Amino acid sequence: MRVNLLVNGTRHQLDVDGDARLLDVLRDTLKLKGSRFGCGANECGACFVLVDGAAVASCDTPMWAVEGKSVTTVEGLGTPEAPHPLQRALIEEQAAQCGYCSSGMLISAAALLLRCPQPSEGEVRQALERNLCRCGSHNRIVRAVLSAAAEGTLS
Amino acid sequence: MSEVALPLPVSLEKNRRLDRWLRFSADGLLQVFSGKVEIGQGILTALAQIVAEELDLPLAQIRMMAANTATSPNEAVTSGSLSIQESGAALRQVCAQTRAIYLAAAAARLGVAADRLRIDAGRISCADGRHTSYWTLAEDPVLAHLLEREAGARAPVKAEDDYRVVGTAAARLDLPDKVFGAPRFIHDLELPGLLHGRMLRPPSPSARLVSLDETLVLAPVRALTGVVAVVRDGSLLGVLAESGRHAEAALTELARLAVWDGAPSLPDESSLADWLKSQPADTRIVASKGATDAANVSRTLSAAYAKPYLAHASIAPSCALARFDGGRLSVWSHSQGIYNLRRDLALALAMREDDIVVQHVEGAGCYGHNGADDVAFDAAWLARAVPGRPVRVQWSRADELSWAPLGPAMAVELEADLNAANELIGWRHTIWSNGHGTRPGRASSPALLGAWHLETPFERLTAVNAPLAAGGGSERNAVPPYDFPAWQVVNHRVLAMPLRASALRALGAFANVFASESFIDELAHATDVDPIEYRLRHLPDPRGRAVIERVLERSAWRDWQPGEGRGHGIGYARYKGSGAYCAVVAEVEAEQEIRVRRLFIAVDVGIAINPDGVANQIEGGAIQAASWTLKESVRFDRQRVTSDSWERYPILRFTEIPAVDVDIVRSGQPSVGAGEASLGPTAAAIANAVFDALGVRVRELPITAERILSACD
Repeated sequence: MRVNLLVNGTRHQLDVDGDARLLDVLRDTLKLKGSRFGCGANECGACFVLVDGAAVASCDTPMWAVEGKSVTTVEGLGTPEAPHPLQRALIEEQAAQCGYCSSGMLISAAALLLRCPQPSEGEVRQALERNLCRCGSHNRIVRAVLSAAAEGTLS
Repeated sequence: MSEVALPLPVSLEKNRRLDRWLRFSADGLLQVFSGKVEIGQGILTALAQIVAEELDLPLAQIRMMAANTATSPNEAVTSGSLSIQESGAALRQVCAQTRAIYLAAAAARLGVAADRLRIDAGRISCADGRHTSYWTLAEDPVLAHLLEREAGARAPVKAEDDYRVVGTAAARLDLPDKVFGAPRFIHDLELPGLLHGRMLRPPSPSARLVSLDETLVLAPVRALTGVVAVVRDGSLLGVLAESGRHAEAALTELARLAVWDGAPSLPDESSLADWLKSQPADTRIVASKGATDAANVSRTLSAAYAKPYLAHASIAPSCALARFDGGRLSVWSHSQGIYNLRRDLALALAMREDDIVVQHVEGAGCYGHNGADDVAFDAAWLARAVPGRPVRVQWSRADELSWAPLGPAMAVELEADLNAANELIGWRHTIWSNGHGTRPGRASSPALLGAWHLETPFERLTAVNAPLAAGGGSERNAVPPYDFPAWQVVNHRVLAMPLRASALRALGAFANVFASESFIDELAHATDVDPIEYRLRHLPDPRGRAVIERVLERSAWRDWQPGEGRGHGIGYARYKGSGAYCAVVAEVEAEQEIRVRRLFIAVDVGIAINPDGVANQIEGGAIQAASWTLKESVRFDRQRVTSDSWERYPILRFTEIPAVDVDIVRSGQPSVGAGEASLGPTAAAIANAVFDALGVRVRELPITAERILSACD
């Protein structure tokens, strides 16, 4: 089927199998490698992307479900030259070890800040509850999100 | 300096050519080749700091090159918290010698004595302003071969007081890529003409593929859209397709049609400790001191502890790429030991090691021997079926949780002989466990999963333990740090291995420290001594005492206000008996489940190359240990591992994560690794805190509500 969608602000018209997974299309077709494969079953958060502002598991989202929607991946949050406050804060706090979960964490946190610009620590933890980290960087990530929120200059 | 008389660091002794380690490249950068690999622990940043320090370079001029069997020094495996000790020591010495060589060359070029030169950001200058640089000299055709030589006798290295880069919290070099989503992981690697491979695993570890009909199964699967090949050798079966999705569709079809046999082969998971103790074993006294004065034993206390199988549970399922071109094999892998992997690939594929190149590409955190090497074999094996085309194999979440090696289950029994004055006069620590190592590169048979399923299978390996002097495996940290007059450590290395076991972060130290530091608390309570006092009374090592004192201070231990369902506890160990000192205080609350509210940790790693990196590793290890202690257990029935998803293998989540306070105690002693020091002490601290909160001693991990209830009986 033909799927129209906006990815990181760029309009795409893709001829794909409607059941193809959004994650595979992002990584393999659009070559956006920032969204990670972790489980394929919406159980770990590594593949999260924003779909119309909500954090969604791209690993079990079929393409037909994103027709006409706006998708933001970690690459769309910011760049080294113009980082998203969350990306800047994650580096500032050195809030990672292996970094494989970082993209999904950033997406969950970005979704949180969109709906709740000044979250409490508890709200941050709740918002990241679906994201797994195996290295134990959780507390640093929470500090980074709180620090980005405090900065209050969200795009 | 007396140091000059010492032998070269081990890694340098084995890889003496200086140009194997360093290369001043034409772009004004220094390429650094370490044989150790980044596994999320931040090692490349710490090593870059050591290099920057000795050569007086800014970090920005250093490029840490990913290890490659064709170009890197062979430093075996990145494991055991040894990378700073091994690669760090070697690079420090390589750089000290390189610095001296370039200073001498600069002195000759500038016509001044070497000791009149100074180096700043790679620029070598004398007082009158004339200058050269490492790169100017390296590009000079006459001097271009300065590093094409073997390391000489030890050169003096910088004193700690002169450090400017080492000891600072330098930012991780790899983090920006990861935070901006740049392709950096092996999972992101693409090669032209890439094919996607998937492996069909048996329904149980012992099952054999008995039937796969050519007409009814193989031909129709080969005819599926996008499928390029179905490859079979005995019970090893894989598909190659133009996309991952096509490969997975074919795999689903194969799984539906394949017929396997195999009797139930796994033990009863509900009585693992009994099973371990009933198996044939290689039994050894691995350490002993003195003999208990039997005539004076007034009573003997004992307790039995247990730990289940644990999964490494990396967030990224393992992945590898391979390409087979006319007798030569290229492999891209996140293995912890690329040379060891190359050796086993050569064994399994009947190739010469020289015809194989293994390139390291970063994966997610691995925490020990996971599926990285296995998937590299899968990719290589499939690549042979399609010469010239690169093959990428991606394991599934279920593959990773059920087919990668597991951290072995352990049973530990402790006994203490007390005299009439309640003094401890004898200590016995007995272990039942599989060995903790089936890493590649160390046996006559390849340690690669797929190689065990071939029509002519390679022998399945039984896990072994490193000698105690090298840290040991099952028996790691079983030798007490306390000044007891007599002790004996006995290890029963269980020989049956129905579930595949190998190295998981901290190896036996996790269960041994959990058990022995729990038992110390039990002894203290049984003899009416404060548990802290009990430890300090018996701990002669001042560095050990210092971390305990520090953690008491940080946690305001003595100001603790007891409350309903609240408790605190301590755990202490020096990792491997020779590594980092670590003391942990846990504060817990008992609700429906145990919640760890806070962890206070004091650690002495000697000179911390990067204190922030140390804190990150120590905190990360403690959180992982809290997850193991409270939640984790590999589940299985008599056929197969059933905990093959995150739902069935839950780990600690954000709302359950304790606050963690890490304090680095400065001792000025030689650097040791930080990656594994906090895990055992954290488990013990939590168990002791649970006892403090509830008066219930849980000796079998994980400490779940169910276990607490059964411990009450």
